[in-house]
Amino acid sequence: MIRRLWQIFLAPSSAVMILLFFIPLLIVLFYSLLSRGPYGGVMLPFSLESYGRVFDFLYLEIAWRSFWIAAIATLLCLVLGFPLALYIARYSQRKTLLLNLVMLPFWTSFLIRIYAWMFLLRDTGLINTVLLGAHLIDAPLPLLFNTPAVILGLVYGYLPFTVLPLYATIEKLDPALIDAAADLGANPLVVIWKIIIPLSKPGIIAGTLLVFIPCLGAYLAPDLMGGGKTVMIGNLVQNQFTASRDWPFGAAVSLLLMLAVVAITAAISRKAQDLI
Amino acid sequence: MMRRFLVLYAALAYLFLYAPLAVLAVFSFNSSKLSVWQGFTFHWYAAVFHNSALAEGAINSFLIATVATIFATTFGTLAAYALWKKRVPWLMQSFYLSLLTPEIVTGVSLLVLFQWIFRFLHLHLGMPTVILAHISFSLAYVVIVILARLRAFDTALEEAALDLGADEWEVFKLITIPIIMPGILAAALLCFTVSFDDYVITSLVAGVNSETLPMIIYGLARKGVSPDINALSMLITCGLGTLILLAGRLEHKTK
Repeated sequence: MIRRLWQIFLAPSSAVMILLFFIPLLIVLFYSLLSRGPYGGVMLPFSLESYGRVFDFLYLEIAWRSFWIAAIATLLCLVLGFPLALYIARYSQRKTLLLNLVMLPFWTSFLIRIYAWMFLLRDTGLINTVLLGAHLIDAPLPLLFNTPAVILGLVYGYLPFTVLPLYATIEKLDPALIDAAADLGANPLVVIWKIIIPLSKPGIIAGTLLVFIPCLGAYLAPDLMGGGKTVMIGNLVQNQFTASRDWPFGAAVSLLLMLAVVAITAAISRKAQDLI
Repeated sequence: MMRRFLVLYAALAYLFLYAPLAVLAVFSFNSSKLSVWQGFTFHWYAAVFHNSALAEGAINSFLIATVATIFATTFGTLAAYALWKKRVPWLMQSFYLSLLTPEIVTGVSLLVLFQWIFRFLHLHLGMPTVILAHISFSLAYVVIVILARLRAFDTALEEAALDLGADEWEVFKLITIPIIMPGILAAALLCFTVSFDDYVITSLVAGVNSETLPMIIYGLARKGVSPDINALSMLITCGLGTLILLAGRLEHKTK
């Protein structure tokens, strides 16, 4: 009876995961091995051509660009998030409130937050309007529709994901270690560099994972803030299923992206386990 | 010294996080269409409420998020309870995998599934496909939030009820569910926001007559900035923000 109850409880979610998660991925795998149909879609014969095309210079360049954009965004999130996490964990009185304030924008619409930056950065946006009005510049600065803008969008979107795990590890540090170092004459920067950062490694690793993975598969930030000029893997996939109508190639790229995400997660979490 | 620097830094960091939204909020009341302050007006808010395309998008988004939330929360609560009692590694792993999957991959895989089914049935992409997609990607969020609540739950309460003669189902219905209810509601609110906000997956599986608010905003954002979108953005941000604060409060209660 009890066992049956659990099985009934698990049934709807298992059905959803099988029918709407695994089977779609299997169809993607199947399509990636077929040939491109004349009007989109797929047709026989089976072929590995889509996987071969991934190695075209054009697509390798997109993959490489996605990796380094995600890497820079992750690094910036860590560097920018660390002092904030340190402040909240060690110096503030209202930790919960401050942490919630970091998370709150994350839960509101990502699309709208990107739109807000577009409002600030575009040629006729607030920043350029103000600078032009003050006669500091003669022509609008090209702030939007370039790679730095994409990175800004990603950093803005995922900064909370480094602050949270960094806070969690710094908060748990034994204050006696920090006091001891300070007593022995280390200045605050040395304490941070030699004590706090090395001991925050689990938080750094978790933050890296939480930012790098979504950035690697990013779609909206490069699409809107890059203005179609900074193409990342996500945009490539979307394009194959819409404008280019090359479903087998889009399917192959999707699977490789998924594979990369899983492999990176596995590698990083293994590293994290070694530390603990 | 260090403290002063960090206080200043934290202030700048919060400015970075909130300034773009604050500027958008201010300019949603600007009577000029340009990025120059001209005067205060509610005109753009009135325009939002008189725009029939936006109204339709809002109704679609609301319907999709509501139906998806009801299903995902129900399924997710049941699954979380069973997973809390009994380890089912493949299901747990698949929830983590679904959280890990890039949205664009989830989107195209569902698109491919629906198109493949439509070869046999004469159906089209529309509200039902969007709702199915939303149930699929939000389920993992629900399960993980509720599992976290259950782990803080005192099993002695269940054991006491069992000792007093309740059966498993009665224990679940009369003891566990009422106690974790705030957690379930918090999960439902998060699920609603995630669903209401989604653009990437939705745009791939939506049909011509199921345009959602994020799809409309995306379309307009590509064309350029317009003040009624500023107003609409503020309404959505405040609405979702309220839901999240509510969810946070509920989650806090269960602890």
